[in-house]
This record gives sequence, structure tokens and C-alpha cells, in this order.
Amino acid sequence: MKDRILLAAALGCLILGSGCANVKPWERNTLADYTMRPDRDPLTISLCEHMWFSREAASGGRGVGGGGCGCN
Amino acid sequence: MNMSLVKKSLVASALVLGICGLTALAGGKGIKVGDDFPDLGTFSLEGKLPDDLKGKVILVDFWASWCGPCKDSFPVMEELQKTYGEKGLVVLAVNLDEEKSAMDDFLKKNKVNFTVVRDASKKLVSAVNISSMPSSFIIGPDGKVAAIHKGFHGKETGKQYAKEIGDLLSKRVASK
Repeated sequence: MKDRILLAAALGCLILGSGCANVKPWERNTLADYTMRPDRDPLTISLCEHMWFSREAASGGRGVGGGGCGCN
Repeated sequence: MNMSLVKKSLVASALVLGICGLTALAGGKGIKVGDDFPDLGTFSLEGKLPDDLKGKVILVDFWASWCGPCKDSFPVMEELQKTYGEKGLVVLAVNLDEEKSAMDDFLKKNKVNFTVVRDASKKLVSAVNISSMPSSFIIGPDGKVAAIHKGFHGKETGKQYAKEIGDLLSKRVASK
């Protein structure tokens, strides 16, 4: 059983290791596209924030002020 | 299950991960200040290089049309070429766009008088191995890298360019 776990771990390492990709700075054309920006649509963001706050009572959990306590 | 098979698998995994790690480390090696800059004529760059680069101060800038700070750097480099061109500065912008049409469209909207070439094969940029876009190298008259700039930070970078290029050009005149 222990051998099987070790073998599974080794295979897991191989699979995860092969998933690592080193993207060079000059290959970031698609990543630099405007559509990849999380803040590209302020209206959608504010609506999402509002729904999130209403549902989770977690205002400000998206990297802005507030600790997610829902106090504000 | 045979224990040796497990051991072999573990060794194989360690080897593969080790090789991946070494490749990543080797990929992180670039040129430093004081190193000789590679000979630009040997990289089959698209576009015409200036005829006589020997003994000149060269600003080699790696850019792409999708990179915002690269666009910001163009007026600064144009000004540098205008101010220091006759004193011995050559501004050489090396484009790294995947499609040539992207570069052409950009240059139609942002007309410049300095030299623009394209590193379609990415051989030059791989040889110098930049870590951010844009990246620029100021090369002295001796062909050695005098300064390296990662990114473009507006007026601050512009001032540094002017100072470094001015110093190199003064030394060039003094040595003649």
C-alpha cells in the first residue's frame, strides 16, 4: 500500500511538474490584452460587489478596504 | 508491487523535476552591465540596421505594440535621437510582436525617425534574455553594456537615459 502511495506521489509530481510553463516577457501579448483585466468593466464590478456583499455579508473582500466582517 | 519499480519512478521524477529546474535557471541568465552586447548583424533582424554602428553610443530598446509603457517610451526615444543623434547616438528599437502587421499598424500611428527592426525569430531577445517589457540597453562606444533599464517609468527613465547617454558621448569626444 505504501509503495502504491509513493508511486502515485511520484506520478503526481511528474504531472504537476510538466504543467509548469515559463512565459517569457515578449510572449505576454494575450495576457496583456484589455479583456484580461479584472477591472475592465467598472459597472459589472460594482454590481458583482453589491451581490457578493448582499449574499456573503463580505463587503471589501476583493482587495479593497474592510476585512470582510460586513460591519460597513 | 516491486520496490525497485517505485524507487525507479521516484528517481525518474526527481530527474525530470531537476532538469526542469535547471532549464528554468539557465533561462534566467541574461547579460549584465560590462558585458559585450551581442553582434546585432548576426541575428537576421528584419529591417535595415544603420551602416556604421562601430564607436557609436547605441540605445537598444526591446518593445511590442501591445505594451503600454513601450508606447510611452517612443516620444522620449525620439527626443533623444533628435538631441544626441548628431553627437553619436543611435536609437535602435527592436520589435518583438508575433505579427509584423501589429508593428506596422503601431508605426503608422506613432511615426518615429529612429531605426526600428524586428526580431521575428526572437534569437536576439533570447540571447540577451530580458525580464520585462520594455527593456533597454545602453551600449558604449566600446561595444560593452553601460546600463540596463527594465521597464519604462516616464520622465524618471527619460532623465536617466539622457544622463547616461550624455556621459558616454562626452567620454567618446574626450577619447578622440
